[in-house]
Amino acid sequence: MEPIAVFGGPYGNHLALRAVLEDAVRRGAAAIYCLGDLGGFGPRPGAMTPLLDEYKVVTVAGNYDRALAERIPDCGCGYTHPKDNEYARIAYAYTDARSSDRDRAWMGRLPESLRLDRGGRRYLLCHGSPRQTNEFLWDSASSDAFLERLARDAEADQVLCTHTGLHWQRELHAGVRIVNVGAIGRPANDGSPVAWYAWFAGDRHDAQFVPVAYDVEAVAAEMDAEGLPPEFGATIRTGWWTTCLEILPAKERARGRW
Amino acid sequence: MPQPAAIPIAVVPSVPLLALDTVWFQVAGTLCNLSCNHCFITCGPTNRRHEMMSRAEMRPYLDEALALGVRDFYFTGGEPFLNRELLPILEDALAIAPSTVLTNATLIHAAQAARLRALEKESRYSLEMRVSLDGLDPASNDALRGEGSFAEALAGLRELSKAGFDPIVTVARSWRDADDTAMRARFHDTLRDVGLVRPRVKVLPMFRVGREAVRTHGYGARERLTLEDVEGFDMRKLQCSTSRMVTSRGVYVCPILIDSDDARLGPTLSDSLRSFPLAHGACHTCWATGATCRN
Repeated sequence: MEPIAVFGGPYGNHLALRAVLEDAVRRGAAAIYCLGDLGGFGPRPGAMTPLLDEYKVVTVAGNYDRALAERIPDCGCGYTHPKDNEYARIAYAYTDARSSDRDRAWMGRLPESLRLDRGGRRYLLCHGSPRQTNEFLWDSASSDAFLERLARDAEADQVLCTHTGLHWQRELHAGVRIVNVGAIGRPANDGSPVAWYAWFAGDRHDAQFVPVAYDVEAVAAEMDAEGLPPEFGATIRTGWWTTCLEILPAKERARGRW
Repeated sequence: MPQPAAIPIAVVPSVPLLALDTVWFQVAGTLCNLSCNHCFITCGPTNRRHEMMSRAEMRPYLDEALALGVRDFYFTGGEPFLNRELLPILEDALAIAPSTVLTNATLIHAAQAARLRALEKESRYSLEMRVSLDGLDPASNDALRGEGSFAEALAGLRELSKAGFDPIVTVARSWRDADDTAMRARFHDTLRDVGLVRPRVKVLPMFRVGREAVRTHGYGARERLTLEDVEGFDMRKLQCSTSRMVTSRGVYVCPILIDSDDARLGPTLSDSLRSFPLAHGACHTCWATGATCRN
């Protein structure tokens, strides 16, 4: 079994993406996977596809990528609260205006999910959940029974997903494992301004979550200069989410500062 | 009261059950210490159409939900805190899945809030508390929910907040749609004043059934869904495509329609895993507003 690196949501954060890719290469990743949502939130959506190409990253489509490729007027994040949607609209409008036709075509070719056989286990890589690109799988809001059903219906032993932006993993009965790899474009609402990705060592199916430091001040300054909401820059600088918080379940919400 | 479908079933669109993600429990039946005059199921101190559910009565449904791969539970009434077994029931539920309790908060005191918090901490899953409030002051709230209910609900909210909860406050929309943003902001201010650090407000439309049909008016004959309405519509947006409601009388399609005999799908959850004709005025409200009773 070869080691692999898997990350979610670069969100236009080019310095986080480069730092994660360099870290994965340094560790000897045999393959690198991105679980979608190239743009949104961060300042350089146009820098994503060249970096992903350069590092031969295998990518699945996120809701953002699908929306941009199909020129849908909404990011399709799946937020339900108006406050969350207000910020989501700003991020999407910003990204939409800076997405080239070439990038949209690139995103349009991304598969909805990927299957791997890794050490005899059936891996399914997707964005939200195996059944829905924009489904949020939060740790405290997903029962074991539900996750087992999702994996069983998808005929997978191991599901790797993102979309929530928070990383977690759980081993279920019968050896089924769910890993939410988190997102690298935004910190994990834990007060540490880093990018988290998932590392699967050569002999292991459980993920090691790796924090990668990058020049947050440079990215935040770019965001400010681009006229993105100051709340976005504050999140990058502090590691605490300031927006799109209403969707958080009670336990995840209680861990944050705002 | 049972409501007959207004148009023949053959031309009524149906919603499939795509997955059983959410199971609701009418844990307090239709018994409530309040008698809100917009209540869509006419709850009150003497309404026993749906009875309180005991812990023993709940068990087979929890087990069935577990076997069916349930994602989350919701507990409502009536007023759930009238059920003396609510906390043990929540303990059983939280061992299986994340749970939400819908309450008017008027019966929540400090010791109870602390016990709830302890239950939540013991579980790996979230326990959400959702509190109904329908006005920014006693005059506007109590006109709908009854004399003194504003002050009592705020006291309950304070206790929940002190115990470490971030309650979601649910408000039935009694203003024009265009005023949503302004009203939300005003509710946030009011709730911050109460001591809620991070207030959350969920706005729901009025369902013109039960007492609300008497207070204002019921649905007109045209307020029914047609096949044309749902052509190309994403049925996943309707909560009845992924959830069911359990009461003492069996399993119903959703929390709104438990007074309608045709919305009862069978005695068990397994019996209820089938499509449902969207024949009610309330179905039109969910379709038109995108409303969901979920958080």
